[in-house]
Amino acid sequence: MKEIVVISGKGGTGKTSLTASFAYLGGKDVIVADCDVDAADMHLLLQPDFANSDDFYSGELAYIHQNECIQCGKCADVCRFDAIPVIKGRYIVDPLSCEGCGYCARVCPTDAITNKDLNVGKWYVSSIKTGSTMVHAKLGIGADNSGKLVAKVKSEAKDIAEEERKDFVIVDGSPGVGCPVVSSLSGASFVVLVTEPSVSGLHDLKRVYELVKKFKIKAGCIINKSDINKNVTAEIVEFLKKENIVHIANLPYDENFTKAMTNGQTIVEYSDNHLKELITDSWDKIKRSVN
Amino acid sequence: MKIAIASGKGGTGKTTLSTNLASFLAETHQVVLTDLDVEEPNSGLFIKADLVHEEDKFKMVPEWAADECILCGNCQKVCNFHAVIQLGEMIMVFPELCHGCYACSELCPTSSLPMIPKKMGGLKHFQKGNLSFIESRLDIGEEQAVPLIAQTISYVEEHFSNEVIRIFDSPPGTSCPVIEATKDADFIILVTEPTPFGLHDLKLAVETMRELKKDLGVVVNRYGIGNDDVLQYCKEEQIAVLAKIPNSRRIAEIYSQGHLIYKEIPEVMVELENITSYIQSLKEKSLS
Repeated sequence: MKEIVVISGKGGTGKTSLTASFAYLGGKDVIVADCDVDAADMHLLLQPDFANSDDFYSGELAYIHQNECIQCGKCADVCRFDAIPVIKGRYIVDPLSCEGCGYCARVCPTDAITNKDLNVGKWYVSSIKTGSTMVHAKLGIGADNSGKLVAKVKSEAKDIAEEERKDFVIVDGSPGVGCPVVSSLSGASFVVLVTEPSVSGLHDLKRVYELVKKFKIKAGCIINKSDINKNVTAEIVEFLKKENIVHIANLPYDENFTKAMTNGQTIVEYSDNHLKELITDSWDKIKRSVN
Repeated sequence: MKIAIASGKGGTGKTTLSTNLASFLAETHQVVLTDLDVEEPNSGLFIKADLVHEEDKFKMVPEWAADECILCGNCQKVCNFHAVIQLGEMIMVFPELCHGCYACSELCPTSSLPMIPKKMGGLKHFQKGNLSFIESRLDIGEEQAVPLIAQTISYVEEHFSNEVIRIFDSPPGTSCPVIEATKDADFIILVTEPTPFGLHDLKLAVETMRELKKDLGVVVNRYGIGNDDVLQYCKEEQIAVLAKIPNSRRIAEIYSQGHLIYKEIPEVMVELENITSYIQSLKEKSLS
């Protein structure tokens, strides 16, 4: 079983549309994991049935029992996150600032502080229209995306793939270069970088690739909207060559990406044109590169 | 006036709006634009200004001083993030997991875990005419954006008076980094696109901002593609649509070169004027 992780650094490059297309082309051979838990969108294209769900707990939140509190203020003194303001004479935990380090509870002389497990979201195992299974999640509002929910989604997807002897897990990765994407990348067999030829696309590609390099994972790259700026496309191609990244494909600027999405379909279902051919070729090339 | 520009979905045009709006406002006002998307800061690609100051940013992490350590294991016990581990006769610290709570350090009976600064990124301050631009960038391998975002906001607070219009280009999503970047803002502009992804993530962003009890308005980018569901949603939720930036390949091309679009596309200038007058009216309302 091989794990293919699709990431982009920059948002809006077509990462999710392409991942869903690969999932569609892979059909029953592919278990899908949506690790972009912060703004998960792939369900809009693959229509999972949300059949099985479970709460996910990660981290803690301090809670002050007011009738045991003697207002000594030690908790607020040790808190490095200014998370215990005094409101109307009472020490109250601000849940948005509390990091759940538990320091306050350890210094409280009357044991008035307890730590509550924090529900950070839900995760799901669903059947999807490709005849396969998708593992996905929904992070709670303002929750700490420390990467643990991402790790959970991935490990569940891998377990299912191994149990059902599937060839691939395909992962829609998170944006940025911080914890969630680090979690998305760990254990991957191959990384697909989706970028666009804009100054920002190139900038973010280079930054996220620095991270990929730390993990020593083999990578390939799809340049989407490649005809928007030929100079930057050439620069990206140069970068891929220098870094030994497989140049998977150049895709054109094509509003069928949006039209398919508006229809709730993957591009390969929606359009029968050249674009479908290019994406099908890309998927074949990815499979060859992984093996 | 503090305005945060955010979005649930990435790639909807936060940076485009931030840089164009800041530059447009700076033609007549004092403006400071701050890029808080410290994982992938892009605003600087569109702002041509002179570097006036640069500093490294640090977070505080414990470092084991073996001499006095009695290997009592308390540090490991008090760390909720598994950033301090006792391995045989050694204490190991994993700085990338450390949240800097000081518990291990201050609760150590022999003071064997002093806190030391560790570089997590850098801040740059640029200036051109009325426009100041602050950019922070997280070092690759550092996992936590929030401390750097918090320090960057503090820098802006210290260096600019309330008279200056402050625009914050926020990170995407709805989790901690976004909360940190928006929690002190007076007004939030959510940028979206009129597609199912755009709408889905806009709803999450609206919920988040309402949780924070923030005033907000929406800017629809790439207006003309997709469908009308975003506008319908804004109407139902009584959210002001401040501007609609048209979908155009020409705009995508100008953006790809790192240029500001309002200087070349008159319709965009009109939309920026609409946003400006909305902000102006908010300001007057808050003063009266």
